[in-house]
Amino acid sequence: MPEWFVINWPFVEWLSPSLLLILGGLLLPIFRGVVQKVFLLVVPTLALLAVLGTAAGTHASVQFLNMELILGRADSLSLVFAHVFAIMALVGAIYALHVHDAIQHMAGLIYAGSAMGVVFAGDLITLYVFWELMMLSSVWLIWRNRRAASLAAGFRYLMVHAVSGVLLLAGIVVYYAQVGSLSFNVIETGTPAFWLILLGFMINAAVPPLHAWLTDAYPEATVTGAVFLCAFTTKTAVYTLMRGFPETEILIWLGALMTLWGVTYAVLANNIRRLLAYHIVSQVGFMVAGIGLGTAMALNGSAAHAFTHILYKALLFMSAGAIIHMTGRAKLTELGGLYRAMPLTFLFYMIAAFSISAFPLTSGFVSKSMILEAYADHQAALVWLMLSLASAGTFLSVGLKLPWFAFLGRDTGLRPREAPTNMLLAMGIAAFFCIFIGVYPQWLYQLLPHQPVGYNAYTPGHVFWDLQLLSFVGLVFFLLLNFLAPKDRITLDTDWFYRVAAPRAVRFIHQRGTVAWRSLLAALRWPLRRIVSQAMRYHGPRGILARTWPTGSMVLWVAVLLTISLLLYYI
Amino acid sequence: MLVKLLDLLVHNASRLKGALLVAMAALIIADLLIPTGYDRFVWESWGGFGALFGALACLTLIGLAKGLGFGLVYRRDDYYEEELEPYRALDESSDQRNRTDT
Repeated sequence: MPEWFVINWPFVEWLSPSLLLILGGLLLPIFRGVVQKVFLLVVPTLALLAVLGTAAGTHASVQFLNMELILGRADSLSLVFAHVFAIMALVGAIYALHVHDAIQHMAGLIYAGSAMGVVFAGDLITLYVFWELMMLSSVWLIWRNRRAASLAAGFRYLMVHAVSGVLLLAGIVVYYAQVGSLSFNVIETGTPAFWLILLGFMINAAVPPLHAWLTDAYPEATVTGAVFLCAFTTKTAVYTLMRGFPETEILIWLGALMTLWGVTYAVLANNIRRLLAYHIVSQVGFMVAGIGLGTAMALNGSAAHAFTHILYKALLFMSAGAIIHMTGRAKLTELGGLYRAMPLTFLFYMIAAFSISAFPLTSGFVSKSMILEAYADHQAALVWLMLSLASAGTFLSVGLKLPWFAFLGRDTGLRPREAPTNMLLAMGIAAFFCIFIGVYPQWLYQLLPHQPVGYNAYTPGHVFWDLQLLSFVGLVFFLLLNFLAPKDRITLDTDWFYRVAAPRAVRFIHQRGTVAWRSLLAALRWPLRRIVSQAMRYHGPRGILARTWPTGSMVLWVAVLLTISLLLYYI
Repeated sequence: MLVKLLDLLVHNASRLKGALLVAMAALIIADLLIPTGYDRFVWESWGGFGALFGALACLTLIGLAKGLGFGLVYRRDDYYEEELEPYRALDESSDQRNRTDT
């Protein structure tokens, strides 16, 4: 960053961009009306300026309970994520400007702030605190949609992330016991702490089979909340994986699996935001695969892809959100022919769709091809082919299927107005970055962690390969158009296991268990019952020994006894 | 203006289709003639392999997805409806609020 802009005010040392956003979020409900809206824009703007002005180094370290907490570790890796988070917080705030719901605005700012807190955290305790705060603030963006489905999805989201938090905390405790330090750097492989922390991070990165929370919850979030959600949680996990687990081989295969899992399910999706959510899984797969390979080119590629992905994915969610906001419909089977009513939204959507599909001159092309190039340099043919297959699938669903069936295709008679100005402005800013980075990739490359980058995406080989791949995917799409029409169905994913299978198993065990327990108790009581019933037989109210005897018979028997004794006397 | 441009494209869809097909053919010819300069994988020196791979990849994915969908994971739209029973009151109050808003 330019030296002339380094902020050295005394209070900035502790008021890091993350705390600025969180504090702003907490203060926001004090204001009402227009002032609140202005405040909502000012806070992320200040955070963006603070990030731009952050010099590399360690800021704001605090001694707490004999531990050194570092709130501001600013190096090239954390700064590249902080930059895009700050841009995204501002874009998200602009997009949400028309919403009259202080809780959502609060949640959005605190969520963005805690995501940035994770990125700037230099030790595991700070990381953990912000990690949990991220979960607690983001769930409100789902709940505030105020539908039954959102409430239920929000609870499931909370449960899964609670598991991730517990795994992370357990890992941190084990790590501290082992190493005696809490600083967050590359974690030594193979130890229990390694696996616990890795699992915690993998849940947040939506690595299958632990990914279903994402595709379950994001489509149920509020229109504006989903824009925040799609940017932060998975990408903080990408950052933490990149910091703690580069060159972990299992991530190569899990990443490749993610890319294919996402695109396959996206082909089947009918809800537009669920389709896009599956493509988050797929795109994060590219980043995870890059981290797994761990070469300088691959890590640069993953960081660059996280940067571009946040912007084009937010743009996709913003345009999909605009459709939902203006029509009240979210299913492809209920949409169609919107391009005349919402031409700007359509244009912005297509810019994002071309970016995610990695068309030349868009941002995805300059970042995704880096990861592929890293695998090509490594001559890892299988992974390279899997990732290329996923690239084809990305264009198929996001670049062709969704726009065709929502904006073009048959006319459903929907005539909504164009989205509100603030939404269009937010989309415009994101679209600008998608094109700008594609045309001028050096701007992004100079931010990347491993310098010098020395990579040129625009070689004839890359451009030819990419254009051929994408255009022939398009050809097959139009040839099979009828076969690809969306169906009014939902798809089961691994969330089925905790939504249906687990409750069923619990019910089954409960029923069978109750029966078995009752029979066990009955078997244990049987000897006691025998003793009691025998005692009752002789000593009970009707028992022979408890019977009352008349006085007359007593006298008779005494007389008999006396007679017998008299007779015996005479014998 | 944007609407007019989009309309123009939609109305000339067949011409657009023709132009795109010509461009695709030109792309393959160009790829056959111009060497890419990469030799890390064997297919990088085959001209037009990107096109073949794109078409095959698309077919593979559609086949895989549809097989998975019809074979295993497609369910009715209201499959998870039952789990929402405890929260129904929220939908009703939201609907009521929307009605009063409009």
